[in-house]
Amino acid sequence: MNGTPEDQPVLLQVEHLTMKFGGLTAIDDVSFTAKAGEITAIIGPNGAGKTTIFNCLTGFYSPTYGRLGLHHSDSEFLLERMEGFRITQQAHVARTFQNIRLFGAMSVLENLIVAQHNVLMRASKLSFAGLLGMKGYRQAEKEAINKARYWLQRTGLLEYADQDAANLPYGAQRRLEIARAMCTRPALLCLDEPAAGLNPKESSELNALLNYIKNEHQVGLLLIEHDMSVVMEISDHIVVLDYGRKISDGTPETVANDPVVIRAYLGEDEDSQLPQKIAEDLPGVRQDA
Amino acid sequence: MQNTPQRAVNWSRIVKESLVAGLIALVLFFELVGVRVVDNPGGLGLRSRWLWLLIAVVATAVGRLLLAWRREILNNRPVADLGLTASDSGKSDSRIQIFTRYVAPLLIAFALTLPMMPFANRYIVDIATLVLTYVMLGWGLNIVVGLAGLLDLGYVAFYAVGAYSYALLSTQLGWSFWVSLPLAGLLAASFGILLGFPVLRLRGDYLAIVTLGFGEIVRIILLNWYTFTNGPDGISGIPRPSFFGLPFKRHVPEGTDSFSSFFGLDYSSMHRIIFLYYLILLLALLTNFFTLRIRRLPIGRAWEALREDEIASRSLGINPTNTKLSGFAIGAMFAGFAGSFFATRQGFVSPESFTFIESAVILSIVVLGGMGSQIGVVLAAVLLIGGTEMFRSLADFRMLAFGALMVAIMVWKPRGLLSNREPTVRLADHPEEPSPDLVAEQKS
Repeated sequence: MNGTPEDQPVLLQVEHLTMKFGGLTAIDDVSFTAKAGEITAIIGPNGAGKTTIFNCLTGFYSPTYGRLGLHHSDSEFLLERMEGFRITQQAHVARTFQNIRLFGAMSVLENLIVAQHNVLMRASKLSFAGLLGMKGYRQAEKEAINKARYWLQRTGLLEYADQDAANLPYGAQRRLEIARAMCTRPALLCLDEPAAGLNPKESSELNALLNYIKNEHQVGLLLIEHDMSVVMEISDHIVVLDYGRKISDGTPETVANDPVVIRAYLGEDEDSQLPQKIAEDLPGVRQDA
Repeated sequence: MQNTPQRAVNWSRIVKESLVAGLIALVLFFELVGVRVVDNPGGLGLRSRWLWLLIAVVATAVGRLLLAWRREILNNRPVADLGLTASDSGKSDSRIQIFTRYVAPLLIAFALTLPMMPFANRYIVDIATLVLTYVMLGWGLNIVVGLAGLLDLGYVAFYAVGAYSYALLSTQLGWSFWVSLPLAGLLAASFGILLGFPVLRLRGDYLAIVTLGFGEIVRIILLNWYTFTNGPDGISGIPRPSFFGLPFKRHVPEGTDSFSSFFGLDYSSMHRIIFLYYLILLLALLTNFFTLRIRRLPIGRAWEALREDEIASRSLGINPTNTKLSGFAIGAMFAGFAGSFFATRQGFVSPESFTFIESAVILSIVVLGGMGSQIGVVLAAVLLIGGTEMFRSLADFRMLAFGALMVAIMVWKPRGLLSNREPTVRLADHPEEPSPDLVAEQKS
């Protein structure tokens, strides 16, 4: 935790998280913390267990051991004990997906309204007030639309509002997923490779958006990302995983200079072994040479 | 293929295809059409109908020839043409929207005035009542299949629950139609929840199989629980509905009024037929308005979201179990209402009326109409139910016409007759209003 400002409260405390699938230990005794109003990045080579951590946090898997404590609004939520949908409903954790999961046949605006389901459901009093068109429900719906409009403006999607989500360009779909997650009023937002497939301009716009969310809404962001330009630029804190274990944890500078991290990414002896390994994988090249 | 020029039509392939189709038709129709079992005085005999067989085979071969020829023409169209058709489909989408907007009120007006039309005889009104029953069932199933995306092959079970509820409540307890109707709906809805609890973890094909089984279980229970349901004999003598207490009868006991005597009309058996017609029209329109309304509520949007992506819905805090159960229950409730109507119209219910083929017909209406499209269901019901009733004179070939109609719709409109979806809310309809507390609230 060296170098992070101490004024931010701890939002998420992961302690001894372990996840086993049969004989395979996907995550092995990982502990780290994430703070509100900060961006915590989880990085690591393919198969290091990054998405598995997300799936444990958002209730898609229930961890084998470990404790996932979320602290906000003066209460503590133990995520490992909660049912999937309640984690969003009560503990206010929202997420996006590595392969975008939008409601394709619904319009962009509808996607954002669906994200406010629980607020609207309460206002519609189990649909009875809604069916009768009562004033309280109409007011709640208007507020929901305004909130959606706010996030459409923020993500630059206002012009697409009434189009089907499936017809959006790729970059816009990524931004819509973030907007949709933000409409659930999260305290912790988990982003699974938000920059995947974006061009450099879209990537830098994404950085600005994530910084805005962090600063203006005091949301804690947890980020899985392979694009190091994104990770190094916006993260306040980086956790590095390899083969399900945490191998490094700290500020971007600490992690970038950590020899263990360099070894995990580039192999034992980066000067000689790496090119030779590539050459072995390409027999045709070796014959020519 | 060979070195044929791009635009040439490959005739040898087309002819081969049509010959193969003709051969298959020959094999199939030999039994179905070519020979027929007849009741001779000395026992059963066979009668051959070779001319009919020939007609069927030639019709199939020629039909295949035309289809294959059309496909070749379409395949060989230059790219520029294809671009044109793409913009055409966009245009047809907006045409459907205009069609829906203006045709729906016209259809309602037509349905309201139908019994007063000069051509409306008893036969027409009877068919219209039947069509409306299926329209209502289609609209009910549309909630489950079209909105919530849960493939239900046992929908007729809820129809049966509604029919037997009214039949038993009225014959055993003497309850009136208007008291039994909501109860039948509630009972059917609770059956929906009963079925829903164990099966909603299943998806797609698996859910379809289990619902299919449920439909059969209900029918078999009705068939075998003799002491309660009277088994295969069914329940007869179910009271006909009355007009706010005024029965549709020629002779009533002294001192009471019938519908005709109260209004000073001459007794006519048409009164009851027309009343039943308006009753089902009312019930069907109620289903329609309810569906249109609930689609715009959070629960309706949650159904559609679950249909689109269950994992994403869960990650947004939507409770998948409750949401699906409510869809199942509401769909079942409307089937229960329709079942009560069926029982009071027929005056007799038996398990025979609730076979799997009924579920299949209702599902076909929903799928052919275009999943989720309310007006598509009406068109499909008119085509499938009205059409097959009109073709009654074709006797044996009625079901063939039914099948041909389904194939034709699937070839011509694979996504259903009207398959476009209107968003439930548009930003364009909600102009921006400055709201100072919003930003403050966002920050909290």
